[in-house]
Amino acid sequence: MTAIDPTAHLTAEQIEELGRELDAIRDEVLADRGEKDAAYIRKVISAQRKLELASRGVLLFSIFPPAWLLGTAGLSVAKIMDNMEIGHNVLHGQWDWMRDPKIHSTTWEWDHVSPSEQWKHSHNELHHTYTNVIGKDNDLGYGIMRVDEDQRWHPFHLGQPLWNFINACFFEYGIAAYDLELGKNLRKRRRKDPEFRARARAVGRKIRKQVLKDYVIHPLLSGPSFLTTLAATFTANLVRNLWTHSVIMCGHFPEGVQVFERRSINGETRGQWYLRQMMGSANISGSRAMHFMSGNLSHQIEHHLFPDLPSNRYAEVAVKVRVLFEKYELEYVTGSLPKQVFSAWHKVFRLSLPNRKPKVRTPAPEKELIAA
Amino acid sequence: MVTTPLLPSDYLDLVSPLRAGADLRGRIEAVHPETGDAATVVIKPGRGWRGHTAGQYVRIGVDVDGRRLWRAYSLTSPTDRRDGRITITVKAIPDGKVSNHLVRRAAPGTLVHLDQPTGDFVLPQAKPAKVLYLTAGSGITPVMGMLRDTGFDDVVMVHCAPQPQDVIFRDELHRLAADRKLRLTEVHTATDGRLDIARLGELVPDWAERETWACGPAGLLDAAEEHWTEHGLRVRLHTERFRPRTVVTGGDGGEVTFSATGTTVDADGATPLLDVGEEAGVLMPSGCRIGICFGCVTPLKAGAVRDLRTGEITEAEPGVLIQTCVSAAAGPCDIER
Repeated sequence: MTAIDPTAHLTAEQIEELGRELDAIRDEVLADRGEKDAAYIRKVISAQRKLELASRGVLLFSIFPPAWLLGTAGLSVAKIMDNMEIGHNVLHGQWDWMRDPKIHSTTWEWDHVSPSEQWKHSHNELHHTYTNVIGKDNDLGYGIMRVDEDQRWHPFHLGQPLWNFINACFFEYGIAAYDLELGKNLRKRRRKDPEFRARARAVGRKIRKQVLKDYVIHPLLSGPSFLTTLAATFTANLVRNLWTHSVIMCGHFPEGVQVFERRSINGETRGQWYLRQMMGSANISGSRAMHFMSGNLSHQIEHHLFPDLPSNRYAEVAVKVRVLFEKYELEYVTGSLPKQVFSAWHKVFRLSLPNRKPKVRTPAPEKELIAA
Repeated sequence: MVTTPLLPSDYLDLVSPLRAGADLRGRIEAVHPETGDAATVVIKPGRGWRGHTAGQYVRIGVDVDGRRLWRAYSLTSPTDRRDGRITITVKAIPDGKVSNHLVRRAAPGTLVHLDQPTGDFVLPQAKPAKVLYLTAGSGITPVMGMLRDTGFDDVVMVHCAPQPQDVIFRDELHRLAADRKLRLTEVHTATDGRLDIARLGELVPDWAERETWACGPAGLLDAAEEHWTEHGLRVRLHTERFRPRTVVTGGDGGEVTFSATGTTVDADGATPLLDVGEEAGVLMPSGCRIGICFGCVTPLKAGAVRDLRTGEITEAEPGVLIQTCVSAAAGPCDIER
């Protein structure tokens, strides 16, 4: 957190006006949402399925190196598409308006070890509501890291670059554990809670299915290519994990992103909620392909402002949102993928050590304003 | 296991959406205009289609502006059509999203979603000696299905439409009349005024001897039911309604909880819970939207709802199912969706 509040220059009236302007941007998209958008998501889903089928087909012959490379690359991309542009966004309810039971947040399941039901709770309800509020939003370091000076240091954090790297490699398992709130629930008292046990069993079942498919059935189907297909699916999962972890780190960890105190959100108005999302998220700039492969989470700011708008609309929304940032003299945190990944990792390293100077806790003016 | 978390059918749907075992779908093959605002849609149904009985309707789910909307339409094709295609004939009604889309915009090749045909507005096993078809407007559609399917010795038809050019299937009706398969009386309401059921005897002197199938607007059907009942002939009259008879216009609404999805919204006492749920983004099953097809039934877990047709209150009990398309909140209630 910066000591100087970057929103201090805004009056309460201005913040509400900002909220109204953002509502208007949202309404414009809603009024225009229709056939083309539906065609878009169906095309993406169809392309993903064909790519996955083709890649797994090629991997039946993965004993031949070119087939291995091609199949692994294809499967990696298919898994990323499934998790990002399709899974994440469908589970947000971005496509619920189509009323297609096959593309609906309540029926969708993704190629991921965390069951969609649990992920929706921890992600949609907790993270998106309490974005960047210390003590409320566990996405701030996933409970294993310190990503802001205002989070209390613990010797455990000395190892956080390593924890983060391990988490990146096995990111889907990290998310499953996180959705289960494993850290909290493994304590003795909670371990026997029937609700937790039911959820843990659901995760167990999902893991079993995923592992069976990727590491047993498809390798077996490959016959003589058993080992190479096993290596291919493992690699594809690893690539997917590293990629999604990188994209998601860039959403809230880069320098310049603000965090908020727990009490600052008491009685928060719609305008203030919008402002928190604007200041608490960071974008990634890049090509259309990069935006697509990130599931349009490269438009993290727009996604946090309007989590249920179809992802294919974030690019056009971003143009209008950026104008508002300029109008209200706010910093639009964005940068290329390498720059933002470096920035986030830099923070992970820097904050593994305690703060240099004990920070003087003066209530920043912005906090007063938001609490008002 | 091979395709988890998807099912093999999710992949098969990409190449063969009409195969046996798939969710029932159909492909629009042609759209033929019938009048200025009505058209016949020719559909190739999926392999799972079980066939219909003349007079029945089908629930059809159409994506309009990207959104799946379900409606019920009478089948107008004969049951033994050689090529296995089915047809529905749709009249575009003002502000009708689906009807206007089907009449004016639907393109051949489009996939639609289907349910098995249903409805009890059908002909009996034993052929009646004399038949009367009493129809108005698009109410002719189920009867056309019957006319094309089954011939009788003595058939009279009284059909009402504003003007001659508004009569759907006019040429075919006139051909049937010329072939003496049908005696046809057209009532052109724009010039002749509305049909007065009390004077039906002037058009069809032996109406009382005829087994009658009537379909059209509520006003016509209400009058017909009253007329036949007065003469003690109610059993001879079969009716099919395209719109619900709503008597309840208001009443207190309440907070509606859709507990399976955790959605809560305020609803008034006049809006069907189906609309309330759809508006709130809940995936509601739906069908005819007029209380006849039971495609929308949903468990009522708590609270009470009011039937918009009768005003009757239904309270939650284990196993109570409600038709969301004709039920509104009567106080706070909890719908399992």
